[in-house]
Amino acid sequence: MTKVTLIDNRPNGEHNIDARAVNSKEARELYQKRAQIYPKLAHGFFRNLKWAAMIVLLAIYYITPWIRWDRGVGRPDQAVLVDFEHGRFYFFFIELWPQEVYYITGLLVLASLGIFLSSALFGRVWCGYACPQTVWTDLYIYVERLIEGDRNARMRLDKAPMSLEKAGKKLSKHAIWLLIAAATGGAWVFYFADAPVLFFDIFAGRAAATAYISIAVLTFTTYTLAGMMREQVCTYMCPWPRIQGAMMDKDALSVTYRADRGEQRGPHKKGESWEGRGDCIDCRQCVAVCPQGIDIRDGDQLECINCALCIDACDDIMRKVDRPTGLIAYDSYANQTRRAQGKVANIRLLRPRTILYGILFAFVGLLMVYGLATRQTLDLNVIRDRSPPFVRLADGSFRNDYALKLVNMTNSNRRLVIEVSGLEGARLLAPALESEGAVVANAGADGVTNVRMHVVVPNSVGGGSHRLTFTIRDLESGETATSASAFLAGEAP
Amino acid sequence: MADKRERDEVTGTDTTGHEWDGIKELDTPLPRWWLYIFYASILVSVVYWVLMPAWPMVNGYTKGILGFSDRVNVAADIRDLQSARTPMFERLANASATDIAADPELQEFARAAGESVFGDYCRTCHGAGGAGAPGYPVLADDVWIWGGSMADIEHTLRVGIRADHPDTRTSMMPAFGRDNLLTPAQIGDVTEFVISISAANSRLDANNGAAARGAVIYQEQCAACHGVSGAGDRAFGAPSLVDDLWLYGGSREEIRRQIELGRGGVMPSWEARFDSGTLRALAYYVHEMGGGEPDAPAAPPATTDAAAPAPTQDAPAAAPLR
Repeated sequence: MTKVTLIDNRPNGEHNIDARAVNSKEARELYQKRAQIYPKLAHGFFRNLKWAAMIVLLAIYYITPWIRWDRGVGRPDQAVLVDFEHGRFYFFFIELWPQEVYYITGLLVLASLGIFLSSALFGRVWCGYACPQTVWTDLYIYVERLIEGDRNARMRLDKAPMSLEKAGKKLSKHAIWLLIAAATGGAWVFYFADAPVLFFDIFAGRAAATAYISIAVLTFTTYTLAGMMREQVCTYMCPWPRIQGAMMDKDALSVTYRADRGEQRGPHKKGESWEGRGDCIDCRQCVAVCPQGIDIRDGDQLECINCALCIDACDDIMRKVDRPTGLIAYDSYANQTRRAQGKVANIRLLRPRTILYGILFAFVGLLMVYGLATRQTLDLNVIRDRSPPFVRLADGSFRNDYALKLVNMTNSNRRLVIEVSGLEGARLLAPALESEGAVVANAGADGVTNVRMHVVVPNSVGGGSHRLTFTIRDLESGETATSASAFLAGEAP
Repeated sequence: MADKRERDEVTGTDTTGHEWDGIKELDTPLPRWWLYIFYASILVSVVYWVLMPAWPMVNGYTKGILGFSDRVNVAADIRDLQSARTPMFERLANASATDIAADPELQEFARAAGESVFGDYCRTCHGAGGAGAPGYPVLADDVWIWGGSMADIEHTLRVGIRADHPDTRTSMMPAFGRDNLLTPAQIGDVTEFVISISAANSRLDANNGAAARGAVIYQEQCAACHGVSGAGDRAFGAPSLVDDLWLYGGSREEIRRQIELGRGGVMPSWEARFDSGTLRALAYYVHEMGGGEPDAPAAPPATTDAAAPAPTQDAPAAAPLR
């Protein structure tokens, strides 16, 4: 704010004016440029854990569509397949139909509860180790490091003027990144069609347009998000860091700088006394290795993905300066308070919150296992014709019409006896299906067979709505499925 | 306001200077890439205006250089659909009820096509699902005025009833009251007799004396078409009087009124409107509503002698409904 004294010719003479240019230097920039982060390679337990997680997860992603699973002649033999065209989802021994989408819902509920539980126990392990953004970014940084060298070399290279060598390095880096991106998109489409066939179709130009579009889109997103955006995705785009706050409590583990031990920080020369100062020698190794480019010593922050690489970096230094490791470690807010009060630190994994998440996780999991174990392969849907509500026949009896959907989820054709019960005098009428006094329908393999069914009930039934039950029974296995419906009858004309 | 801007210690960011009950708003800068995406979106919209139909003008709209048009696409889709359906309609035109029943694909097609055409052209009078209305026969039941085999139904569809087709199905019940062919008392007697021979007798309880007098008049005036026993005759489109289903209403007054007025409805001939595949689909749909009868192997009802109408009516009544 600037106070300006003006002299003008008006009678009042002087005015104090609060004037400031909208584009003054004090006004901050509205948009922030991304600062390039050059993560240094860390060595240690957590780095190894991250390598292992990356290899396992990438292996699962790339190999899964190629696993075969025999389901019989004429059926897809891909272990994991989302077949949109025929409305089927195959997962090893499980085969789901569109109406069983609640299993997917259950899976998503399990995933949510799993991430809640892991967050309450160990903080953002998902973000640090398993999130695709983290895994692919890690892979991209690995490639970057392979070609351009570690942190310092990369920084030098970026500052250096353009040269043949620099152009060569940059070109080869981006070429490999694009290759990885294309392979990422390429693997994704294998989950939606027969992988070996699609593999050759893609290269032969025979695959569906959706396959190419999916590959193109995923190539673009992988290249951009893992190559360019990196930590920006976690900081600005992802909702999870915001939700995260609600899952954490003071006992949840997260990567923590033990300020009580570290402060006062400051440079330390070999042989100097450690008395009266903290263990942190302000070497900034924790900042150098951080893929998010933050300083863990500033405390818990939204940007931190809890990858624990700073723990590795710090432990390395602590060993070199001959201080105990664990200046940065998995720790809880409660422990920091306890230490400050001179109490014994203590990690509590069993807490009401974690127990509740655990029980919920187990409950939903068991429910799904139960559902899958007792899953019916025969189902019946009955839809009553509503117009006309009923038909009066010449002999005074009433007729209602129904559309029956015979759902056969097995791989073989089945002969099904259709019966009706629960209403006295009710008899089925379907001349085309009558055989030896029973109504028998053929239900094709792995499909829904529609059958029109008439039910006739004598006049004595009386007006109003009556309950009745349809049953289908497999002639061979004896398996049954039932469905309740209504029968309407009217008063005298 | 602006002079309240201050630096927030925790984030190192300025506040906007806005404050509500002590809550201050951080002026966190947006990432620059976000700005670029915003500019790119604006660019995309400009490109879209050039390529696609976009701006409304006084007369019409900007067409876009790609020439995209939903109307043209829909018309093309409809043409494609029609040509895709043609082979099925051709198959239908040569299929009997048994053929259709034996072929699930054809059956589904016939049902769907029949239902669609029925909904457009027939439902207005005959009701959804063939529910019928007073004066418009119920098609879902097992009572047929002109015959309920698929061949009969299709013939009725082709020629219509009292329509302008040269071979249209025609019958005319005299208006015994309006044209003074019978006295009101005689009509009352006939009404009682009709009730006495019908299933409605159980609820309307005919006057026996009047019915006995009416019986004589019935044999003179009505039996020629409706049959001696009242079983009706499909050759004349004369409905059965022995059941309790009434085209013009089943109360005593409604039955009497029909004798007085002799009403007969008109159904248009559809032969010129639909191709034979569509007619076959429609006939199948109506036949499958629940009351369809099997195709008669031999003599069609049209050639049956009027003097012996009973067997024609008895056959479907005795058979298990269809």
